Parts: sequence; structure tokens; C-alpha cells
Amino acid sequence: MKEHKNILIIDDEQVVIDSVSKIAHLENYSFDSVMDAQSALAKINNEDFDLIVCDIMLPGMDGFQFLSELEANRIEIPVIMTTGFSTIENAVKSLYTGAIEFIPKPFSLDEMVSIIRRGMNYSSIIRLRKSDNNSLQPVPCPAKYYRLGYSSWMNKEFDGSVLIGATDFFIKTIEQIKKIELLDPNEVLLQASPAVKFFTEDGLIHQLYSVISGTIIAKNERLLKEPELLEKDPYFEGWIYRIIPTELDYEMKLLIPCSSDRT
Amino acid sequence: MKRVKKLFSKISLKLIWVVSVTAILIIGVYSYFNVKSQSDVLISEVKRHSNQLSESVKNATRNVMLLNARDLVQEIIDRIGKDPSINNVRILNKEGEIIYSAHKDDIGKMLDKRAESCYACHAENKALEKLPIKDRTRIFKPNPDSTRILGIINPIYNEKSCSEADCHAHSPKAKVLGVLDITISLAEVDEQIRQNEIREVLFAIIAITAIGFIIGLFVKRWVDHPVKELIKATDQVATGNLNYAIQDLSKDELGSLGKSFNHMIKKLDETSQQLYQSTKMASLGQLAAGVAHEINNPLTGVLTYSSFLLKRTKDNPQMQEDLNVIVRETIRSREIVKGLLDFARQSTPKKSLIDVNEIINRTDAIIKNQLKLNHISLIKIFDRTLPKITVDANQIQQVFLNLFVNAIDAIGNNGGSITVTTSQISLSPKGITQIKNAVCAKNHSLINTDHKIGGMSSLKIKIRSGTNEGFVHLNPIYGNHHHYFGISHDKNSTINLSCPICDISFIDKNSKCPKCGGPVYKIQIPNQGFIEGCASFKDDWQKWDLIDRAGERKFVQIEINDTGCGIPPENISKIFEPFFTTKGQHGTGLGLSVIWGIIDNHNGSISVQSEIEKGSTFSIRLPQGDTIRSI
Repeated sequence: MKEHKNILIIDDEQVVIDSVSKIAHLENYSFDSVMDAQSALAKINNEDFDLIVCDIMLPGMDGFQFLSELEANRIEIPVIMTTGFSTIENAVKSLYTGAIEFIPKPFSLDEMVSIIRRGMNYSSIIRLRKSDNNSLQPVPCPAKYYRLGYSSWMNKEFDGSVLIGATDFFIKTIEQIKKIELLDPNEVLLQASPAVKFFTEDGLIHQLYSVISGTIIAKNERLLKEPELLEKDPYFEGWIYRIIPTELDYEMKLLIPCSSDRT
Repeated sequence: MKRVKKLFSKISLKLIWVVSVTAILIIGVYSYFNVKSQSDVLISEVKRHSNQLSESVKNATRNVMLLNARDLVQEIIDRIGKDPSINNVRILNKEGEIIYSAHKDDIGKMLDKRAESCYACHAENKALEKLPIKDRTRIFKPNPDSTRILGIINPIYNEKSCSEADCHAHSPKAKVLGVLDITISLAEVDEQIRQNEIREVLFAIIAITAIGFIIGLFVKRWVDHPVKELIKATDQVATGNLNYAIQDLSKDELGSLGKSFNHMIKKLDETSQQLYQSTKMASLGQLAAGVAHEINNPLTGVLTYSSFLLKRTKDNPQMQEDLNVIVRETIRSREIVKGLLDFARQSTPKKSLIDVNEIINRTDAIIKNQLKLNHISLIKIFDRTLPKITVDANQIQQVFLNLFVNAIDAIGNNGGSITVTTSQISLSPKGITQIKNAVCAKNHSLINTDHKIGGMSSLKIKIRSGTNEGFVHLNPIYGNHHHYFGISHDKNSTINLSCPICDISFIDKNSKCPKCGGPVYKIQIPNQGFIEGCASFKDDWQKWDLIDRAGERKFVQIEINDTGCGIPPENISKIFEPFFTTKGQHGTGLGLSVIWGIIDNHNGSISVQSEIEKGSTFSIRLPQGDTIRSI
């Protein structure tokens, strides 16, 4: 039996390792850390982890190569990507390559706690899937939808506008939603930038990234009164924004078609 | 040898050489025929004179002959023979015996009938009885080195008075009694001909030399000099001097070559400047990205540890307060670094609905101290009913900040005022709407980024006017008619406009120009209908239904007026160009060009009016609403 720990931290900066360790410790998670991706791979062979927090810019093998390596070796540990070079491209690429979350540096304690909680929940959902307990499995998004990472979806409407929302997967990784904070129509969304804030019962704030860039033309007012709509029907009644996309064709290439989820 | 070859390979020498050879040929042939005709005229004149002389001698001796006074005949002949130009005067009888001669020794001698003086009549066996006047003369040389001699034979015919004379010397049956033969030396005539020849040759040589010299002079001036200038200019450019311009351009083809050379260098200079600019920006961006990355790691430590401490010291309000400052300021640093990254990546504007007055107030807060230090008062005349417009607040604030700082610099230390006025205006779509996309029926884009009119990409269209074919660059501003014609076009000939790629015609056969009745072009503007206009360019009729129907467009206008030093008229056109600065070492020269770029990105416009020592006014217009975004 392999030794089991909760979190593996990969970063070439000691201060970042210390910071994440501090947060993990505060949340009562066990953790370990390495300073490059090669050692991380070696460690994963010998030990078992629930979650990995990985920097993009690493000496030798970088974060993206590390993600591909995990996929090649069929290692299903969820990865949270982080980087000081916090560009939209890096965020999108991380989510496209298989990371479950992206968090730009520097992050505050609360931001990191929220993301680690979601990551741990994600990890347990995957473990449940392995044990064939299907009752709690999230509903995958409809086949013609597209998603950014695992958390947000988009669907092209007939009138050229686009509906965006949160996946059931995302909703299942957070606690009961207490309050939702939405942006107003006419505000501009950028792909992989914060679009919605969810305040949950456990006192955390979870941010949902926008799937694509565009101008908001409508928000789902119903959600403000009945946030549970998101849990009941996340893909239809539980839509969040209706937007006019600005660079749909380009940005859709960076999204994952939901049809690929049904195997 | 090489040098000679090089010398002859020069275009000027080639020209001189060709012209000289042609001149030599023409003048040579002309001189030859001229000399020849002159000598012919001279000789025939001499012949005419000789004939007259011969007739005169014959008439003079006639009576004496009839009297048979032989001494007198001899005396007349002697006298005539004394003339220096006359070589000899002889009278021969029918048998060929010399009866009278100026040379006394010859008298009594017999001449062979085949002698040159007899040949004219006795060429054939039977002697001629009549000799036409033109055959009476002959030119010969007694020996090869003597001068030419003209001989003239005058036959003396038998007359009744001769046979009936007292002497009865001649029988009445004879037809020809004898021959008067005069020979005249042609030395003088020959001398004259020779002098003519010399004159002609001399003239030819002088003419050819003069032609060569004149051609050389002008070739040097019109060809050599400009070619040398061009070579000098290319050498300068090759060594990297892109500020070189050829001066003193003539109005001929070499002049226009020089002009287009200057134009090319200017373009090259601009392109290399742009390249330099983008490389500079790229390296600046890389630097910023690197710095941002490096700073974010330590900031992560500061942020997590301080927020961690904040959690742990919930019972210590004093400490909480201090820690909150650390967290707040760290988050601010994070935003600054993010801004640096955004700058490096020239991020897309984040537009939102905002009140422009509010942005001005925010900018005012930033420069308040600076205004106070310089004793400048900021007067704000706001239109309180100004509608909110969709802009990137940060970028627009940067615009105001830059313009305010410029105004403060322009006013200097002596104090003054800056007045900001906001208002709403409506403008006709003509003259302000830019065509940013246009296609032919086969969807080929007509937008040409190489040829700009007023700084904006033009519409490149193939034009056929009569037999001329070329390209016309249409002004991209709807209603503006400053087009560029690549060919000369006749407004009255039939004109065809077509796609430069597939040649598909833009002429709309179903409509006619309402102003001149001529043909109409119709070009598709994707998602924005069609633009139509007078295809013969006789008048300025143009129609863009969709835009016209939208009616007048509303703008928010912001005017920033200062009481500063003003902008010299020669600089007005340059201030929005990158790198143009009057601040010397203090300025980057990017400010106003960046402002222009931001306003352009918002589909707005910026203009400036200025008077030296009185101040400048910058007017910014930003479109209200989203009726027409980018077309």
C-alpha cells in the first residue's frame, strides 16, 4: 500500500511552497512538495496524492508538459495550475490541457482555500466514480455544449447570442450556495477571467471563469432569488449570462466539446 | 585598356559617340554632294564661257579669213593666246594640218585624226559633219601631273562667201572647212574647287565637334549629374542613412525617378521606424512580463502570510488594522503588476458603460497637486445630462491624464488655466464613417493596408478608363472624395471598376447616377449593406443606405483647452505621429500617438486647434451607443 497524502505542491520558489503549505496546514491537509516536475513524477510513483498544485514555469519540464505526462501515464490526480505569468493564454491553455483549475499568483489565502476545497471535492468525485457509485455523479453537459475546463459551459443560440453557465461538476464541488454576485448587462467578459462570485454556506467565495469573451446582454435574474436553480437544472433554467461573443470562432478552438465526455 | 572600356561604357559617352557618328555620316554625305554640285556648276559655267569665247574668235576672224589676210588671222590668234588662262588657240584644216596657232612652232604640223582634239567628230570611221554644242568641249590632262585642261572645238562650216571669195581657197563642195580649237587651263577653277572642299571639310569638322560638345554638355547636365546624385543617394542608403533626400530634382524622367526614390526612402524610413518601434515594444513587453513574473512569486508570500496572520489575530484589532494595510497594498501591487502584464500584451480594451464626467473627475484627483504647484486652475464645464457611453475607463482616463499633463507642460510655471468642456453633438454619417471592410461578389477583400488615405486603409479597385488600365484607391471615409487614381482617367470615357483579384465588375447596370446620369458602382460592405457612388467620378454622389437610414450619429464631445504656449503650425500635423516630441529628453514621443490609437479603438476621433502663445484645444469625440461599431 502506497503512502497517502492530500496535496503535492510543485513550485521552484520556496516562498510559494511555504505559502501553499501554510494554507494546506491551516486546512488540515497533509502535503508534500518538490521543486521540479521530474521529481514530482518520481514521487507520484511511490506515493498517493489527492491533489496537485503545480507552477507553469518550472526548470526542465514545464507545467504543461507535466500535465501531458500525467495523461500519458493515465494518472488521474486533479491538478491546479498557478503561475506568476498570469495571462489569459496561460489560463486557457492550462484548462485545455487538463488542469481542473487555474489560479494566478499572487493569490490571497481565501482564494487558495476555495480552490483547494474544490480540488479536493473534485478528487473525491473521481474516486467515487472508480468505486462505481453512480448516484452522486455529476450530470455531464449536453452534447452540443462546449466547456472551459470542467467548470463553465457555453451554448450557441439561434439568434447568435451565447448562453453561459456553470457545470454540474462545478456546483457539486462547492457547498450550498448562499448568494450569487453577477455582473450587469453591458459589462465585458474576457475568456478565462472571473465572471461570477458564489458565496457558499462554509463562508468561502468561489469564482467562476467566463467561457468566452463578449458583452453581457442579459443575466439570469431568477438565480439571485433561487440559487438552487443551479443545482436543479444547471444546463437550461440555470443559465447565468446571455452574451454577444466577440471572438467566438477563435476562442471555441480552446474549448472542450461536451460530446467528448460521453463515451 | 580597361579604363578605356569603362570610359566607353559610360552612357554619356555612348550617346556622344552615337550622335557624332550620325553627324559625321550626314554632314559627310551632304558635304560630298555639295562640293560635287558646286564643281559641276563651276565647270559648266566655264564651258559656257569657253563656247562664247570660241564663237567670238570665230566671228572675229571671219572677215579676215574671207579677205584671206593670213597674217592678220595669225595676229588675232596670237593676241588671244596671250591671255594667261588660255592655253592655246589653233585652227586646223580638214586634213588635220595646224594652220594657225598661238604656239608658232605647231604651225604646219599634222594631227592624227585619233588625237584627243579630233576624237569628238572622228570617233567613228566616217567623220561627223555637225557637232552639237554640248559635245564640243572636253576635259583632259596632257600628262598625268599637269593641270586639267578644257578643250573646245568649233567646226568652221563652208559658206557661199567662202567659196566665192577672191582667194578661191575652198571648193564649194566641202562642208566643213576646218576646226577652231581653243584649250583653256582649268588650274584656277580646280583651285577654287579644292578650296571649296577644304572649306566643307573644315565646316564638317567644326560642326561635328560642336554637336559632340553641346550634346556632351547637356548629357552631363541632364543625365550624368542626376545619375551621379542617384548613385550617391543609393550609396548613402546602403550605408544606413535613411534621411537622405535627392535635392534639385529636374522635371524629366530622371527627376521623377529621383522623386520616387525619395518617396521609397521615406517609406523605408517609416517602416524601419515602425519596426524599431515594435521591436522596442516587444522587448519592453518581454521585460515587463519577466519583471511581473518575478515579482508575483514574492508577492504570493507576502499576501498569503499576511492574510494568514490576519486570520490568527482576530482578537487584536490594532494588529488587524495594520495587517489589513499590508493585504490591501499587496493586492494593489498585484493590480499594478497585472497592469504591467496587460501593457506588455496590449490587452483588448475592457469596455463598460461609464459617465465621461466621472472619468474627468477621477483624472482631476490625480493631478490636483501638480495643478496647484504650477498655479493652474482647472475649470470644468460639464453637461450634466451627458449619457453614459461604452468605453474602457482606464484607457480613456489615460487619454485625459496625458492631455492634462501636456497642458500643464505647455502652460509652464507662470500659471494659467485648463478648461474642460463636455457636450453632446450630432454629426451626419458622411465624412465620419469609415469603411473598414469591403468585398467583391466572390468575397475578395478590397481593403488595402499599403495605400492609406488620411491614415486609413483604402479600398483598392481595378479601373479601366478608355484604353488605360490601373488601380484606383477609394477614400475609406463615406462621403469623402479624396481618391487616389493610379492612372489618368478621362471623365467622359466609359469607365469600368472591378475586383483587383477576380476582375468581377462593380458597375451596377440597373441604376444611374442621379446627378450626372452616368454609371454607378455598387460595393458590398459585409453585414452593412452596399455603398454606391458615381463610377465616372464626375460628381461626388455617394450613397450608403444602411448608414444613411441610421441618421445622424450622436457623439460625446470633450474639449480640453489650455492657456499654454501653443503648438507651432509646422508641428500640428506631426503631433499624433509616434516618436514626435518637443520635450527633448523628457518625452518619449509616444503619448499623443497612443492617445490617437486609444480614441481610434473606440471609433472616436481627436483633433487639435492651436494658436501660438494663446493656447491649444484638443477635441475628442466618442460615439454614443453602439449603433455602428466597426464596419
